[in-house]
Formats: sequence, C-alpha cells, structure tokens
Amino acid sequence: MTIVYFAWVREVIGRDEEQVERPAPDSSVADLIATLAARGGGYAQALEDPTRLRAAIDQRFAPLDTPIGDAREVALFPPVTGG
Amino acid sequence: MKRIAIQTADFDVAAELAALEALGGGGVASFTGIVRGEEGGLIALELEHYPAMTQAQVDRIVEEALARWPLLGVSVIHRFGRLEPGARIVFVGTASRHRAAALESCAFLIDWMKSDAPFWKKEHFGDGATQWVEARAEDEAKAQGWRS
Repeated sequence: MTIVYFAWVREVIGRDEEQVERPAPDSSVADLIATLAARGGGYAQALEDPTRLRAAIDQRFAPLDTPIGDAREVALFPPVTGG
Repeated sequence: MKRIAIQTADFDVAAELAALEALGGGGVASFTGIVRGEEGGLIALELEHYPAMTQAQVDRIVEEALARWPLLGVSVIHRFGRLEPGARIVFVGTASRHRAAALESCAFLIDWMKSDAPFWKKEHFGDGATQWVEARAEDEAKAQGWRS
C-alpha cells in the first residue's frame, strides 16, 4: 500500500510517499496514523495531533475513523486551503 | 459545456467568459481569485495539490453544481506552483438562462473549491520566512452552509 503526504505533513516527515505493508482491513486511518507516529522523529512531530490531519483513501476524502480495507493509496495532509 | 483545468499556466479571463457567453444562455457569472499583495512582505504563494485526486475531486464538485442548478456551462480553472502577488489563482464561471442560477452556482463552486479541493498554500515572505496557510473555520462553514 502507498502512503502519500502533502504540505507541512510532507515537509515534517521529509518524504512525499512510501510503501508500507497493508494493515489489517478493519484498522482505521487513525490506527495507521498512530502506527506511523510511533516511529518517532518527523513522523511523531507531524502526526502526533490527528485533529490537525485530514485523509483520503484511494483519492477520496475519508474521515479518520474509516477502515482502510483494501485501499491501494492513503493520503495524509492538513485541511485544504485552495480557492 | 464542462471545462476543468488544473494547470501552472495563467489563463485568459476574457476568453473563458467569451466561451460561456457563446452558449446563448443570457447570463454568465464568474469569480477570479488573485494572490493578495498587501500582506506584510508576501512575495509569493506556492500552491501544492494532489495530482492523482484533484481533477476527479473538482469534477465531483462541478457535477454537484450541475445537479443543483440549470446550467448551460461551467468552467473551473485552478493554478498550482509558485504565484506572485497580483497573479490569478482560480477562475470559476457559470452560464445559465437564469441569473440566480448563474450567481448562486458560482458562489457554491468557489466556496466548495476552498474547502473540498485538494490544494494547499504556502506563503513566502521577503525575509525568507515561509508559512503554510491554515484552513479557516469560516470557509468550512460557508461550504457546509450549502448542504442545508
């Protein structure tokens, strides 16, 4: 499974994407965030406060409690600021 | 007519409006977003987006507008990359036989582009400082207001 990062999440983690082993299908995006944050360093810094994060599963916005299921790509980023 | 473009290049507002006017609807509304220049020492905005998602997500927003209002045409252009003060960032144009439909759908589209399109803005200042723009609660509230 691919994880992609955007904006300051990307900068603080220090990479824009990576491959990880797919978590159990019933685990949520929030579970994934907690697992990544436990790596420490930039991951902990970027992901320690999930209320500052938004997510997309296979290019669709998804609340953090959404199960990852058989997703191919999970994106983590701050709230959008387009327009 | 449905036109969606996500691009680094500038666009020609007159040409975009002319294409909407040519649909014969009798009413065209538009919004153009520009990089503000007055904010203390801002020299550029850098817009990042989620290339694999942006086009499809903007298309969902446009389809929602087409379902809600009787529109003859919709154009949405959003730039990304580095933009200096005075540069155009975004264009939304709508054409309809009815002015309310054109005006309301244009406002809907720009409100939703702010809260539901995967773009992020980073400010660059003259002293070398940078800062990611924080999402504003009032923008989210405006978008949510269209749900009721």
